[in-house]
Amino acid sequence: MPSDAAGPRVALFATCINDVMFPDTPKAVVTLLERLGCTVEFPLEQTCCGQLFTNTGYYDAAVPNVRNYVKAFESYDYIVGPSGSCVGAVRHQHPMLADHSGDAGLAKASREVALRTYDISEFLVDVLQVTDVGAYFPHRVTYHPTCHSVRVAKVGDRPYQLLSKVKGLDLVALPDADQCCGFGGTFSVKNPDVSVAMGADKARNVRSTGAEYLVTGDNACLMHITGLLHRERAGIKPIHLAQILAQTEAGAR
Amino acid sequence: MTAEPQARRTPAPSSTYLGMPKFQKNAKAKLDDPQLRKNLRYATTTIRAKRAERVAEVADWEELRQAGEAIKTRTLRHLDTYLAQLEESLTRNGATVHWARDAAEANQIVIGLVQAKGVDEVVKVKSMATQEIDLNEALEQAGIAAWETDLAELIVQLGHDRPSHILVPAIHRNRAEVREIFLREMKQYGTPAPEDVSDSPAELAGAARRHLREKFLRAKVGISGANFAIAETGSLVVVESEGNGRMCLTLPETLISVVGIEKVLPTIADLEVFTRLLPRSSTGERMNPYTSLWTGVTPGDGPQEVHVVLVDNGRTKVLSDPIGRAALRCIRCSACLNICPVYERVGGHAYGSVYPGPIGAILGPQLRGIETELDKSLPYASSLCGACGDVCPVRIPIPDILVHLRHKVAQTKHVPKLEPTAIALAGWALSDYRNLQFLERFSTLAGKTLSSRSHLGALPWPASPWTNARDLPVPAQESFRQWWKNSHKEGER
Ligand code: SF4
Repeated sequence: MPSDAAGPRVALFATCINDVMFPDTPKAVVTLLERLGCTVEFPLEQTCCGQLFTNTGYYDAAVPNVRNYVKAFESYDYIVGPSGSCVGAVRHQHPMLADHSGDAGLAKASREVALRTYDISEFLVDVLQVTDVGAYFPHRVTYHPTCHSVRVAKVGDRPYQLLSKVKGLDLVALPDADQCCGFGGTFSVKNPDVSVAMGADKARNVRSTGAEYLVTGDNACLMHITGLLHRERAGIKPIHLAQILAQTEAGAR
Repeated sequence: MTAEPQARRTPAPSSTYLGMPKFQKNAKAKLDDPQLRKNLRYATTTIRAKRAERVAEVADWEELRQAGEAIKTRTLRHLDTYLAQLEESLTRNGATVHWARDAAEANQIVIGLVQAKGVDEVVKVKSMATQEIDLNEALEQAGIAAWETDLAELIVQLGHDRPSHILVPAIHRNRAEVREIFLREMKQYGTPAPEDVSDSPAELAGAARRHLREKFLRAKVGISGANFAIAETGSLVVVESEGNGRMCLTLPETLISVVGIEKVLPTIADLEVFTRLLPRSSTGERMNPYTSLWTGVTPGDGPQEVHVVLVDNGRTKVLSDPIGRAALRCIRCSACLNICPVYERVGGHAYGSVYPGPIGAILGPQLRGIETELDKSLPYASSLCGACGDVCPVRIPIPDILVHLRHKVAQTKHVPKLEPTAIALAGWALSDYRNLQFLERFSTLAGKTLSSRSHLGALPWPASPWTNARDLPVPAQESFRQWWKNSHKEGER
């Protein structure tokens, strides 16, 4: 594995939910990318992709997030985040929000920065061109492809490519994997009954795999599914894809 | 004033769409119906699989979708021109064209035409436009009985019900329920169902056939919608699966077609794209079983009096919205309903209008205007999973339009009381990293205080919508930002 080669300089887009709730995920991205020879930086000005506001209909509240994002990341060639959803929002919604703000400079800049923003799975497979990242995770896991990672960020089968190369890992197919888990951002509290009905089906499918770990590329969806599994005392642990990829045989717990 | 209301001619629908409560409330009730959940799950998963299989057979499906989108977009851009051309072609071929601004005008025109023929009943082809304007009830009030002849529509009508799906209006019913409805109701409105009818599809269809046959043969006036209206030739097109439509379109002396103005296509050649897109997307069939195409009046063959009522009913308003107008491309295939995880769990009635599912959530509020509680709730009736946009044969970006309409709702006065405040607070927190950093002191304090646990159980409002069914993870004891600052030296970012 490349370890000290002068790899690209990468800006980490941690995302707000990971920053506050799930710091182990961005830490894993740092570990992983540094192991692969990248120089990782964390621009402190970053906050959030603004999706929470945009998808609830509050465009004006989301515009400062677009400005922040551009300011924090415009000097980087590679911006990498551990979230298909937030990366998808940057690429798909930021230009629209910038247009809404009427700021032509922001409209242009947000489009340029969006093009340089990658989900971790895309950055590994497309930019670093690795699928075997030297990871070791001797557990039975099942993977839920989150909707925004598949349909907005369009990460395709990259997460599967990466997981298939993890030593010791036993990947069990998740029935009805392409079905939404029901999280949907504010949908989870604006339509809690439907959200839970969808999540219950997802949780049932996860349980049916007999996996020890449920892995996704989006901690928000994972939090929703795990919230249901935990209530049922199902004993299935949540983990982000990056955290699996960051573990090595040497560092195995 | 009449003292006694006149006896009804047709089964009264038990519910009305008017004044329906907001989506959340309807959905909650529907989620508690296990039979409905089972029926919907079975029906949508079956049809989804069929569609996927048929679409996968077409190597140039993506190009076909793009062609469908392009034709519809171009036509809508020049809608005025094509509508004028359509009127001219129709008139040249012996049809009479009527223009209706709204539902009331359209209903008045149809009632007038039926009354002029001196009849008190009509047979109908399944049609979304006539559902939208609630034509059957308007006719009933004018003393005219309208008989639905599509099998599923018949089930809905005899069941005193409302459709819950664009293509399969009785998707919420199973065979046993249909048998019961037929046995109970058919005898009150015509040929009864055989007493020993079983719940096999063939026997039920047989009962429906006998029941409808006498109505077809008696009818002097037929009423239809149209899937497409060709401007160049003045031809109307109806696609259906049972042949009942063909009977309604050919047997009666007078045919009245109620058509939304967005149904126009420039030329007959454009049809080839849609006759390929539609059946594969809707029923998962390679080809549509009955495609009827007629051009005005053909002397001595079929209806000798042909009327076309072109209905706006909010469409020009939708057209004026540069983002929302893409919804007018819809060809009512219902692929978005069948793929929708929300629709699958709550069914069509929860959407409170004739257009349910994702298309209903973007079209209904636009056609009617965002005024009622229901229309304000519909754009939020989606997890934005995006499956609808991916299957739509005319590439309507449904999730983007949902978000666009949410933006419109958020600008109205009647959003949930504390929402703007909550958004403003969160907006402040996330507008600048220093604010976020400040707040992280509290989240990590909470994380430390609760360090003995990983999750929290049921909590009071405002956390209750989440924690009623889901545990909530405890925040981290050290945010990533704090960790980074502590572990990375000065100068390093
Ligand atoms: S919106 Fe698209 S998928 Fe849905 S019914 Fe209309 S054409 Fe079909």
